[in-house]
Amino acid sequence: MPDIAALQARFSTEITESAFRDNHRIDVPAPVVFDVLSSLKNDHGFNMLVDLTAVDWLEYDGAVDRFSVVYLLLNMGSGERLIVRTPVNLPNPALPSVYSLWRGADWMEREVFDMFGIVFMGHPDLRRILMPEEFDAFPLRKDYPLKGRGERHNFPVITRSGS
Amino acid sequence: MAVGLPENIFITRLDAAANWARSNSLWPMPFATACCGIELMATAASRHDLARFGAEVMRFSPRQCDLLIVAGRVVMKMLPVLQRIWLQMPEPKWCISMGACACSGGVFDTYAVVQGVDRFIPVDMYVPGCPPRPEQLLQAVMDMQAKVRRTGTIMGREFNIRDTPAGPSPFDREERHRIEDAQFVQLGGFDASAAATGRKGVSSNA
Amino acid sequence: MPLTPVDTTPTDSPDREYVWTLNFGPQHPATHTTLRLVLTLDGEKVLNAVPYIGYLHSGFEKLGEHLDFNQYVTIVDRMNYLSPLANEIAWHHSVEKLLGIELTPRCRYLRTILAELMRMHDHLLNLGTTALDLGGFTAFLYFFQQREHIYDIVELASGQRFHTSYTRVGGVLFDVNMDWVNRVRKFVREFPKVYEEVDRLLTKNRIFVDRTKGIGYLSREDAINFSAAGPVARASGIERDLRRDEPYLAYADLDFDVVCSRGGDCYARYLVRMQELLESLKIIEQAVENIPGGSVNIGVESDMVLPAKPAVYRSIEGLIQHFEVIMPNRGYPVPREQVYAATESPNGELGFYIVGNAETRAYRARTRPPSFIHFSMFPHLIRNHQLSDVVAVLGSINIIAAELDR
Repeated sequence: MPDIAALQARFSTEITESAFRDNHRIDVPAPVVFDVLSSLKNDHGFNMLVDLTAVDWLEYDGAVDRFSVVYLLLNMGSGERLIVRTPVNLPNPALPSVYSLWRGADWMEREVFDMFGIVFMGHPDLRRILMPEEFDAFPLRKDYPLKGRGERHNFPVITRSGS
Repeated sequence: MAVGLPENIFITRLDAAANWARSNSLWPMPFATACCGIELMATAASRHDLARFGAEVMRFSPRQCDLLIVAGRVVMKMLPVLQRIWLQMPEPKWCISMGACACSGGVFDTYAVVQGVDRFIPVDMYVPGCPPRPEQLLQAVMDMQAKVRRTGTIMGREFNIRDTPAGPSPFDREERHRIEDAQFVQLGGFDASAAATGRKGVSSNA
Repeated sequence: MPLTPVDTTPTDSPDREYVWTLNFGPQHPATHTTLRLVLTLDGEKVLNAVPYIGYLHSGFEKLGEHLDFNQYVTIVDRMNYLSPLANEIAWHHSVEKLLGIELTPRCRYLRTILAELMRMHDHLLNLGTTALDLGGFTAFLYFFQQREHIYDIVELASGQRFHTSYTRVGGVLFDVNMDWVNRVRKFVREFPKVYEEVDRLLTKNRIFVDRTKGIGYLSREDAINFSAAGPVARASGIERDLRRDEPYLAYADLDFDVVCSRGGDCYARYLVRMQELLESLKIIEQAVENIPGGSVNIGVESDMVLPAKPAVYRSIEGLIQHFEVIMPNRGYPVPREQVYAATESPNGELGFYIVGNAETRAYRARTRPPSFIHFSMFPHLIRNHQLSDVVAVLGSINIIAAELDR
């Protein structure tokens, strides 16, 4: 495990550490998240980004921040895993892209952008990936209804005699 | 003077002859999007062998097919593709909606999934199940053959009278109420009244 | 939405003279399901490939926030539909880690056997259809016949041949009987014969080797950088298998090898999958002879597990327990915590990141989908190969659209 105190001293910011079951997690403030991830990759051997996702905390009791972005890291040498979480808030949810560190982050960041509307600055090609380009909502946000707002049925109808 | 009919000639109606030929060589266009596609493969593979019913010639070009099998859920992004494929198929053509998702949306009552392809394209046969067993699909193909033999005409007159959509209206009452409810929590952007009449759209590709 | 392909080369580039664009999919036989590639070609050479996905995006993760831990198993089933049970096991593995449930030994062995059967299930179809796309129809028919035997086995256990919805929090739906065990034994006995035949058909087949060897090369560094896992990573020389490195279920007790290759190309991925079939068979053979006795579900003293159906119908305790678990306003205590747990699915690391919110459903149920991650490196793999190699590469990384788009 990386030395959290050393990381804290190096970036002179508050990094909190926690654990649940066998997951080790650190919470990093958004401004330094790229530097911390970069340091974890280059100095501590966390060379694989297993997954990158986000959580919308809108309906979670006692939540302070609107979103958090979650990076799941893996050290291929030792097999250690580390979860890095960072808070993001409206009105301009944005984070630096980690595409320059892991190319695997390309589509993961696009998916988070598509589903939550979190912008990854510096991403080479940040477009919608799963929803159509014209779609104007972010489906995994908690204020978007499960059954949508009628987009799914907005198509012309073809009858048998007309085809 | 009576003309004797040679032994190897028989007399029939033109419709019946066409129906006989069509029903025994239904060439499917497998529009396999999801899990049902695997069962469609199983139907065509060794144990179940769709070839017994003359329907094993899976053609992946819609121009060469006369039976569209919609196997799997169809989502917002895919529906224009499905409609275009349907329009590209030559007459006469039929459509089997295979599986719960294609028939009604199945377990996926979500923002992205079309709740039944029959809302947007004409469907002749529905196969329930999630996914249907290969035996069910075989039965559907046999029923399709029976339907062709029963109702088919050589010029396709039976199709011309089907001028109303078979499925529910895309914006039925329930869906419209839901959209109106969703307006309360919405911050703006999507115009539900326009969507309900289908005039302005997030996407349309007729 | 426009169906015209998006041109990726700059409009004023002199390269545009002879470069042409080909739209591959979304409805194409070799995609097996729905994905779309816009290929920029110079003659038959692929200069660039831009994948467009989302043609099967059905809102799985949103549904996961609305269905409880037992109900959502029907949805994860439909994620990687070549191996439905592997998804169920992965999902409940994560849920059980969140809830802190320790499974009974019998359940662990049972799930292990089923997970390995599913690995074979997945590889069989993948190898068969890859051969089919490359022109070899026979292997597909031979392997599909074996898939039908696996279908029979899971049907005997769960009552459904395809989407079984067999696992439950803390156990499985029904216990298995001796009939089932014999059926598995019979399968283990008979499979190697078919395997030999297909091995003879493909492994040294000149055409098959020519079309896969040296195609779609992925180096070890790139595999790590692209987050690859599973057979794709192992074929590039990454010696990592969660079954061995982070043992779950009963894998710690069983003897098996992790199959690796240094080749990194489509042929190496084919060889790894072929060899994994035998390793899985070895695991099943050991596990099925050593299934421990006892209950298959954790005890009813735990308030998280569904009671057996006879208990619900015939005893008041069972009925109350059933009511408590099923009713939306009752439930059981769920930690307000977040957990990530992964299993080695046939396609790679299949993990779930679950956020609990003191309800019996997940507040957020994120899937780590191996297909999604593997498909993102497709442009890298196909660049400078021929157009006909597209199907070989697509087959070798085993893209399942429902898992790709969720």
